[in-house]
Amino acid sequence: MGWFDLWPSLREALFATLYMVSVSAVIAVLGGLPIGVLLIATDRGGLFPAPLVNRVLSGIVNLGRSIPFIILMVALIPVTRAIVKTSLGSTAAIVPLSIAAIPFYARVAETALREVDRGLIEMAQAVGCNSWQVVAKVLIPEALPGLVRGLTITLISLIGHSAMAGAIGGGGLGDLAIRYGYQRFETDVMVATVVTLIILVQVVQGVGDRLAALLQHR
Amino acid sequence: MIEIENLRKEYRQRDRTVVALDGVSLTVRPGEIFGVVGQSGAGKSTLIRCVNLLERPTSGVVRVNGQDMTRLRGAELRRARQRIGMIFQHFNLLSSRTVAENVALPLEVMGYPRRERQRRVAELLALVGLEDRADAYPAQLSGGQKQRVGIARALAAEPAVLLSDEATSALDPETTQSILALLRDLNQRLGLTILLITHEMGVVKEICHRVAVLEAGRIVESGTVAELASRPGSHLATTLFPRPALNGNRPDGLLATLMFVGAAADAPVMTTLVRQFSVDVNVLSGSIELVQGERIGQLQVALSGDRIDEALEWLRGQGLGVEVH
Repeated sequence: MGWFDLWPSLREALFATLYMVSVSAVIAVLGGLPIGVLLIATDRGGLFPAPLVNRVLSGIVNLGRSIPFIILMVALIPVTRAIVKTSLGSTAAIVPLSIAAIPFYARVAETALREVDRGLIEMAQAVGCNSWQVVAKVLIPEALPGLVRGLTITLISLIGHSAMAGAIGGGGLGDLAIRYGYQRFETDVMVATVVTLIILVQVVQGVGDRLAALLQHR
Repeated sequence: MIEIENLRKEYRQRDRTVVALDGVSLTVRPGEIFGVVGQSGAGKSTLIRCVNLLERPTSGVVRVNGQDMTRLRGAELRRARQRIGMIFQHFNLLSSRTVAENVALPLEVMGYPRRERQRRVAELLALVGLEDRADAYPAQLSGGQKQRVGIARALAAEPAVLLSDEATSALDPETTQSILALLRDLNQRLGLTILLITHEMGVVKEICHRVAVLEAGRIVESGTVAELASRPGSHLATTLFPRPALNGNRPDGLLATLMFVGAAADAPVMTTLVRQFSVDVNVLSGSIELVQGERIGQLQVALSGDRIDEALEWLRGQGLGVEVH
């Protein structure tokens, strides 16, 4: 297969990867950020300390993070079927990808939120903020550069996982590399996919760094 | 007005109880600048945080403008806090917001409409002399400017009282002076009542009307600054007028510390002393400080002669503080 013939399938695979990764990333942030907030808010000395809730939540997050993705993917097939009615294709791959990325982003967000100076929270309380306002007006805006850097890490980890999802019929660049490059020994396909992945990761990291720097008014 | 009655704060640590405040009572009168001094660990921070209930006292009463803060919870407490301004040692400005947005924070919380917020923020920035830095981010400001933003923010909701938590401790001496001048100005122009805590005696000397010295969770002395500064042996006096170094050998005669306040500092007491009681006066050290516009002097002397007791009695009669070592 020449480069010219390769392009359509490469493009299709790239779009499938972008689709899986971006939708999963959105779900990861929507699910992970609130968990991250809860993790620091319920901690000792947090906004509303609740040691038991904190321990249970932390345990669930650890559980989610300790299962290797390839196993999680297979184990979640029934869940995936229940949600998207199929276990094949890119949309189906979003289910395990999101479920793996939520606890990952929750920890990343927790770390970023923890960096926010306690004095700022005290100040917010002194001007009469309620807990929700402390989160919305102080914690998240102040942690935003860190949250963006964390999102960059999550996206890159999702790109890696999405390649794995390709192995069980999720489509995308990983799928292309395995089916053509590995199973059919088409080295040029393998090289093209890997190069595309490298560029993709570079772009994500570059944009993430730039955005984080822009948000950091220091 | 702030009334603190028999305030007690304990912290439970695993197997022991740490007492941070041990029955503190004090009253900050309307329009007054009241200073609480003490070393770190004396309980100053805890005390000021108990006023707006950032820390809940174990027992005792804190009334701000007649309202018992310790009875408030939830939304009521938050509303009461909005009426109490607070400034901090490390300014606590949001790095993600511009100067104007930082000042607007309390107004947002109180639900001011946007237009009114902008008007009020402009007013406040003018008040602290930062109208041209409205769109700057805190990182672009000097320490003194940051504290000015902090002050503008603290005043946004037109509070009747201002709590100042070591507000000048992170600033250099010159900037400290300008911030203190601003606080004094706000106190005079707006009638703002200020409770400040500090470990710097200079701050107390500069702007406080009355002062309390906190030691290990208790108030060990309190009074007007001039009163304490002129009381020999008081914490305030010994910090303001350190003892002279006597390079090991004690000079001959009776060692005494004389304190002069106001009129006594201007009278030619020494000359009379020497003439009338024919005592020899050997001056070891001396200084005069301007405290709240009043001259307060301290003189360390060694006295010798036959009529020393009479002389000391006469000095006391002249309104001088006399302490014999």
